[in-house]
Amino acid sequence: MNYHWNWAILLAQEPGGSGTYLHYLLVGLVWTLATALAAWVIALGVGGMVGTLRTTPHPWVVRLGNGYVEIFRNVPLLVQMFLWYFVVPELLPASLGDRIKQMPPPWGSYVPAVLCLGLYTSVRIAEQTKAAIQSLPRGQRDAGTAMGLTQWQTYRYVILPQAVRIILPPLTSEFMNIIKNSSVALTIGLMELTGRAKSMQEFSFQVFEAFAAATVIYMLTNLVVVLGMRWLERSVRVPGLIAAAGAPQAGH
Amino acid sequence: MLRHTKAIVALAFTALIAAPAFAQEGGTLQKIKSQGYITLANRDASIPFSYYDQNQKPIGYAQELCLKAIDMIKKKYKMPKLEVRYQLVTSANRIPLIANGTADLECGSTTNNLEREQQVAFGYTYFVTGNRWISKKSAHLKTLQDLKGKTIVSTAGTSNLKEITEINNKENLGMNIISANGHPEAFQMVETGRAAAFVMDDILLYSLQASSRNPKEFEISNVSLSLQPYGPMMRKGDDEFKKAVDDAIGQIFKSGEINKLYNKWFEKPIPPKGIDLKVPMSAELKKIIANPTDSGDPKAYE
Amino acid sequence: MGGFDWSEITANLPYLFEVGMVFTVKLTVLAMVGGIFFGTLLAMMRLSHLRALRMLAGGYVNLMRSIPLVLVIFWFYFLVPYIGAWILREPRPIPVGTFYSALITFTMFEAAYYCEIMRAGIQSIPRGQVWSAYALGLDYWRTMGHIVLPQAFRNMIPVLLTQTLILFQDTSLVYVISATDFLGAASKIANRDYRLVEMYSFVAVVYFIVSFGLSLAVRRLQARIAVVR
Repeated sequence: MNYHWNWAILLAQEPGGSGTYLHYLLVGLVWTLATALAAWVIALGVGGMVGTLRTTPHPWVVRLGNGYVEIFRNVPLLVQMFLWYFVVPELLPASLGDRIKQMPPPWGSYVPAVLCLGLYTSVRIAEQTKAAIQSLPRGQRDAGTAMGLTQWQTYRYVILPQAVRIILPPLTSEFMNIIKNSSVALTIGLMELTGRAKSMQEFSFQVFEAFAAATVIYMLTNLVVVLGMRWLERSVRVPGLIAAAGAPQAGH
Repeated sequence: MLRHTKAIVALAFTALIAAPAFAQEGGTLQKIKSQGYITLANRDASIPFSYYDQNQKPIGYAQELCLKAIDMIKKKYKMPKLEVRYQLVTSANRIPLIANGTADLECGSTTNNLEREQQVAFGYTYFVTGNRWISKKSAHLKTLQDLKGKTIVSTAGTSNLKEITEINNKENLGMNIISANGHPEAFQMVETGRAAAFVMDDILLYSLQASSRNPKEFEISNVSLSLQPYGPMMRKGDDEFKKAVDDAIGQIFKSGEINKLYNKWFEKPIPPKGIDLKVPMSAELKKIIANPTDSGDPKAYE
Repeated sequence: MGGFDWSEITANLPYLFEVGMVFTVKLTVLAMVGGIFFGTLLAMMRLSHLRALRMLAGGYVNLMRSIPLVLVIFWFYFLVPYIGAWILREPRPIPVGTFYSALITFTMFEAAYYCEIMRAGIQSIPRGQVWSAYALGLDYWRTMGHIVLPQAFRNMIPVLLTQTLILFQDTSLVYVISATDFLGAASKIANRDYRLVEMYSFVAVVYFIVSFGLSLAVRRLQARIAVVR
């Protein structure tokens, strides 16, 4: 019973006929990135908005924002994935629910995965946004008022530009997180990188080769993202703006 | 790049130490004698071969067959106190878990084929089924061509999934193939309309249909894509253990005990819902009971 | 889909909690203890003046943080029997059940995250403490054990607990190796009885109540500790 190594399996044809196993995995990477980027757009949009709203002086708006954050933060990502995929179509009116269920793969898995991942991550973005805004000296907000700017104008011209620069470093790790979390979508049938590695293992029985290839691909992606974000930080940096050096946050 | 060099080195190191870890090994018989128990792999929903009853205990036709074989092995090799421990497996992980020693013997609905025989060994075939599909009657999916362009589901890690993927490619059917985590999940996809058809061994389809909420809604195709012989699975290269298992099962076949066993699980009501599958013994099965074989070649069963 | 079937939930409560929740809680607690233990060791390695130790620990932490947890679960699931055999000098891979595989996975994975937390904690202790300890004649291990680690630990308790809450939620991912944790148990019943909506909604509600409750408790603890300091 030895484990019999066969690295050449990566160059063997996969049963679906689309190409080599390596190609099969790389297409999985494309799906991973497609899911992550689409979800990222949702996360930034919704999260940025919710985070900003939580810093306004209107108590009910803040409470709504807090409620939203608590709901999506306290249910595991996998459970949320199942809710979107299995439960939501059943709760909608029959015609809409059926239309959703008829969506051919991979869209049937892609759309719920993107929505789920987007909203899940939006909560962390909301937290970061709130922390970034609140780390700015109160003087900024007051100075805006003193200059005659409305609340909206203060946010638009004074607070948010600074907050965005503060938030860039944590955003790097959030983006890496969304890429890693996209792997959870394999449970609802999305054939992203990890799902394909698992599928490759099932078809070819070469467990370690399959997962090693996936691991290396993730690490290389990680590297590219880190370097890219570092370049981005450098290009928008305002010299002299003190970044909020946070205590280590829990998470991953 | 330096950060990741460390990680890559760590990974390569792991791969290197894994390789020589199992150069020489004793047989399963010695292993179970020295540890006092044998690990039997079981399924949770391969009705009626290996599945859980309402108390989450493993039961089934193949389960019972193997337990009887283990009893005979206990007597023959003088291991009266041998305990049987269970390890739940899925279609996706049963082969790696037998290969890496987590389980010693698997008796479920595992198809014996030539490709798998490169990774694991099989004992005498105890059932012959065909690869068919189940779909809603209203969909009228009678031939392979009817499946063109449709969404098809099968269970992860099965020979059926691999076969339909290859057929899809070869015959250019343009089907969208989904892989589900287990048989009940796959069947649910057909029930809820996410998939048009579920491709699986016909006997498993019969039992799923029989225990569904509305059995008359579904039909199983007459077309069989291939023959699927089920056999007990064990580690490759361990001839001593294989012979022991083969001898035991061969005995059960010869003595006619197999007929009682078959009758119990296929022609009478079975737990947990008391459904009677009503599947008489096929001609192929009668043939191999008379002449046991462990061949992975479908031609041996025609 | 008919009405919500409450009886499905009530009928299966014993299985869900006695088998499922017990698995989840056992896994969380044991992985937390193991993770903090190894995490602290890793943190000390990362702060050591031996370059080899720093690089080894750093490489490990970076590796664990750059690949998805699902992939790590698969790795350990297939790899642990071989590693166990190598450690125990057994000739063949040793059988490891789903629980122990999951336990080793989560311990080793969370150790990387607990490491970063403990590292920040250790670094937040004023150097004066360390120099005083050396001046008093304490060696490295006694300094760490009696002076630095207790304080670091106390400072980081809220963050450590928050990480544990995340661990609690992450254990649901053992679904991918078909383990019967809380979600896995509910999933089995849901598929057996065709009651996905009821089961998954119930799981979501239970996780919410537990997580939210515990996170409120952690926040209260954080407020208390802040006042004392």
